[in-house]
Formats: sequence, C-alpha cells, structure tokens
Amino acid sequence: MSRRTRHNVLPGFNLAMGYTLFYLGLIVLIPLSAAFIKTFALTWAQFWGAVSTPRVVASYQLTFGASLIGAAINAFFGLIVAWVLVRYTFPGKRILDALVDLPFALPTAVAGIALTALWAENGWIGSLLKPLGIKVAFTPLGVVLALTFIGLPFVVRTVQPVLEDLESELEDAAASLGATRWQTFVHVILPTILPALLTGFALAFARAVGEYGSVVFIAGNLPMKTEITPLLIITKLEQYDYNGATALAVVMLLFSFVLLLLINVLQWWANRRAGRES
Amino acid sequence: MSIEVRNITKHFGDFVALDNVSLEFPTGELVALLGPSGCGKTTLLRIIAGMEIADAGEVHFHGEDATQRDVRERKVGFVFQHYALFRHMTVFDNIAFGLRMKPRAERPSKEAIKDKVMALLKLVQLDWLADRFPAQLSGGQRQRIALARALATEPKVLLLDEPFGALDAKVRKELRRWLRRLHDEIHVTSIFVTHDQEEALEVADRVVLMNHGRVEQLGTPAEVYDTPASPFVFGFLGHVNLFHGRAHDGWLHVGDVALEAPDQAGAANAPAVAYARPHEIELDRYSPGQQGIRVQLLRALAFGSVARLELEREDNSELIEVEIPTELYRKLALIEGESLVVRPKKMQVFLDPRAAAQAGAPTIAGST
Repeated sequence: MSRRTRHNVLPGFNLAMGYTLFYLGLIVLIPLSAAFIKTFALTWAQFWGAVSTPRVVASYQLTFGASLIGAAINAFFGLIVAWVLVRYTFPGKRILDALVDLPFALPTAVAGIALTALWAENGWIGSLLKPLGIKVAFTPLGVVLALTFIGLPFVVRTVQPVLEDLESELEDAAASLGATRWQTFVHVILPTILPALLTGFALAFARAVGEYGSVVFIAGNLPMKTEITPLLIITKLEQYDYNGATALAVVMLLFSFVLLLLINVLQWWANRRAGRES
Repeated sequence: MSIEVRNITKHFGDFVALDNVSLEFPTGELVALLGPSGCGKTTLLRIIAGMEIADAGEVHFHGEDATQRDVRERKVGFVFQHYALFRHMTVFDNIAFGLRMKPRAERPSKEAIKDKVMALLKLVQLDWLADRFPAQLSGGQRQRIALARALATEPKVLLLDEPFGALDAKVRKELRRWLRRLHDEIHVTSIFVTHDQEEALEVADRVVLMNHGRVEQLGTPAEVYDTPASPFVFGFLGHVNLFHGRAHDGWLHVGDVALEAPDQAGAANAPAVAYARPHEIELDRYSPGQQGIRVQLLRALAFGSVARLELEREDNSELIEVEIPTELYRKLALIEGESLVVRPKKMQVFLDPRAAAQAGAPTIAGST
C-alpha cells in the first residue's frame, strides 16, 4: 500500500469514494448530527442538568457496565460455540448453527418477554434459583442476561470464519515442537483469532448499548437500580422533553464512540501482532 | 535414533490407508517414502509423528515402544508441505518457539535461545531474515525456516511431509540438494514423503515404494531403479515399455517374435508382460529375416545426448519409446516413417496379468 496510486482491476476510486461518503452521510452522519443540533437548543447548564442527575448517571453505569459484561461473556462462550461448530461434526450441527442466529431474527420484545417468563421468581429457571437466594429478573443481573442473549451471534459469526481458515497443521506443528495444549492455544491460536474476537466483542457491545426491547421487560425499570439509558430517553420523549432526550442520546453516542475507538485501537494492535501489516 | 513400525493398519471409513505395513528406518539414514497420492505415505509419516493414531500396529523408537506416546513426547521434528509457520511471529520467534515452550526447568536462558536461533538461521543460510514475518518470505525461504524451527529442539528424528511439494521446479531442485548436504552435516534419522520419483532417487539413501497402503519395494535408489520388484515399481520409476505376450519354457512370445526370458523357464503358455526401459531396447533398420518386433518410426526428438524415438508397432499399433545415443541416431540416418525392428536388450517379465494391469493401461507409463 506504499504507493499513492495503485492500479486496480476495478476502476472508479473517485466514484466509489464519493458514493461511500454520500451514503455514510445520508444514513449515519445526518441523523446523528441532528441529535447534536437538537441538543444545542439547550444552554450548557440545562444540558448538564439533564445528563448528570443521579438517576441518569446510574443508568449510564448500568447500560455500559452490563453491556461490557455481556459482551465479555459472549466473547468467552461465543468463542467456545464457534470452536465446537468449526472443529467437530455431530448430528444436528446445522440446526445448532442456525440456532445461533435466532437472537438476530427474534423481535427483541419477544426475547424480553420469554426471558422474563423463564427467569422471574415463578418462572421455570427463576423458581429453581429462588431457594438459593439468587434473583435474576428485575435486577441488574437480568439486564446482563438480556444483553448477553442478543449479543451472542456477533461473536460466533465473526470468529467462525477465522477459525475455519486456521490450519490444523499449525496445532500439529506446535505440538511437535513440544507445546502443551494450553500453550498452543495461548501462543498460536489466540493471537490469530484475537482481531476477529475483538470485532465480535465490539459489535456485541455496541448492540447491547443500544438495546431496548428485550431489556425493559426483564429489568423491571426501578429508578437508580435497573433503569437503562435508552429507557430514560423513551421516558423523556413520552413527556415531550425532546431536547432532554437528545441530550442523553448525545452522551451515549460520545461514550459509545470513545469505547468503540478504544476497541479499534486494540484491534489494530492485535492485527499488527498477527503479522498481517505487511 | 532408529525407527521401526510393525504391522501398522489404518482405515479412514471404508478406505484402507495402510494395510499391515512393517518397516525399519536405521539410525542416521535419509529414507524416502515414495508413491502416488493416496498410497498412505503421508498417513504413515503422521502415525510415526503421533499426529495420527493407527488402528493397529506399533511404532518403536530406538527399540522402545512409542505407540502410546503423545506427539509432544515423541520429540520428532516435523516439516509440513505448506510450512505451517506461525504467521503472527517473526522468523526468530518461530524458530525459538520450541525452546520457549519447554518447561521452565528445561528452558534455556534468553541468551542461549538467541545463540541457538542464530546458529540455526546460519545453518539454513537465512540469518539476515530474523526480523521478518513469514508472509514476507518466498516459498523456499519459508520451508528452510520451517526446517530450522523443527531442528531447534534437537529432535532425534526428522519427518518431512512433501517438503518441496509447494515449490516451483527450480527451487525444488536447489532445495533437495541442499537438504542432502544438510543431512550429511547433521546426520539425524530422516524420513521424507514425496510423490516425485526423481526427488526420491536423488536425495534418499533408501527408498520405500508404496502403493494402495502397502510397501511394494524397499531398497537403495539403484536397487529399486535397476531391479524393480513389481510392475507397479517399474511403471512408477521412469518411463517403461510394456510387451504383452505369452511365456513358455524360457521364451516370451510377443506377436510372432520370440524373446529369451530365462526367468520364466517354468512357465507353460502363461500370459505375461515384459517391461523394458527406453534405453534398454536396441533397434535396427528392417530387412527381411531379421529377428525382432517390427515398428514404424513416428517421430524422433534428436537433440542433446540422447535421441528419443517414438515408434509404433506394425502388428497392434502400440507405442514404444526408445532412447539411443544421438550419435548413433545420426549414423543410422533414420527417416520418419521408416520400418525398423526393435529387441529388448534387457527386460523383466512378470507373469501375473492382474499385477500387470496395476502398472497402468498405457504402454508408456508416465514418470511424472
């Protein structure tokens, strides 16, 4: 990529780039800047007042905290699911493979109601946990659960193709050089799939931050405890406080942007380590 | 360290990859496992390495039963056809991998590892590439790095699976000479798998010919080339002409010509096939009364030291390939289309017609 201009098989860099900018502008940038512009209707003091009340701050903590935890859980278990789907053949594998995409396809409200029914104190699983003193529905734990549910496909679907490309010869090579299974995983497999895993993590996280439908049912929406920021935005909208709603949206946007940027930097670093920068 | 495999059998579903194979690989030798694809040679190599488990049979290292030992414990160096280098590591880290993975008590110090890696890079003549990534190297360089990586842990056995299979012809040739010299230098027991007969004959001390999961012949390159044990070996090692006929009382009757076949003195009118290499056939201009198989000269490639003549038998139109010195060809002043007679100077006659069929249908069997 060192030369400024490269001859491409397909012509039309200008056209393609122009289209890309136009498309991104139309679909992403204009709606987002509208949120910013709307917010400018507020004075700084009003803005700060809207986004820094204790109830709102608690919702940030819950939204971003639960999203990070959910994405992290998915990164771990999603990797295992992808591994099993790639490495083993067993009856019903295709069905299991299709099952992974269900959280994508299911209307989130349906997911939320189903999860609540299962994990509420009188639900199938909730009733089993109740004697142990564990409450899931209507607690932050329930929020994490819902966000984990909707994020799973992102990790599996980003890691799967990379695992498929991973030559099993690499593992044979590591073993013949005396590496244990764990050493092979840490030093050979993980560095190769880390960029994809981080992408999956970032996508699952981004999706979780914006999630509304499945969470509101299982969260119970207790102020200061189980209220997520998207719910507060909806609440403000219902009260015709459009400026307050966009103010919250802007804060969420900035947070998300910074976090995703961080993940991108991590990914860039992992990619370099994976030796693909040449 | 010597290696011995005993009665190894391996199935993949219904496919028999190895059928009761027993072999010995003496210490310090470079042995080639040669055969067409699907003959089981790579499977045997992987079973010796412990990457594949045999259905039955034993693997012995230096007289000790190693059948149950894990890949890690067998301490073999393995080189893959497609290098299998760790692409996220530099050349240096790739070679150091085996040393760094050792348990802490056995692991050499940082300096010792560095010295060792640099010495290996010198051995494979690539010490200027230490900081590169595998993606930045050519195929030949990658394979040499893979070899250095395999040698880093000082294995007692080196196993190479089609090590030059992914390289172009010129690099292949260079690299196999280099491998031979390297082996003469370090003398570690080595087995390498190849489907290229030229490569096997040129590099190895001994050649194991395999077909359909069985060992067809085992011997030095000269032995297997000069006295092939079966029609398959004959057909696999270089060009060969087939003469179908009947063996009777020490003679082979091909068409209306009788050829001496002292090996088949006991045969009584049995179907047989004679195998003769192109340079083992003599030819003459046809004149009435001359003994031999009548042929027509189709085409002559007369350049270099050897003239290759394509001949067609007049009785059944089969093709025969003959090589004579170009000088002789010029002296004879043959013209394309002329009638000639040919006689095998040396040939091997096999009786079993089914075995003959195995060597392949075409009269002139290919040599890759």
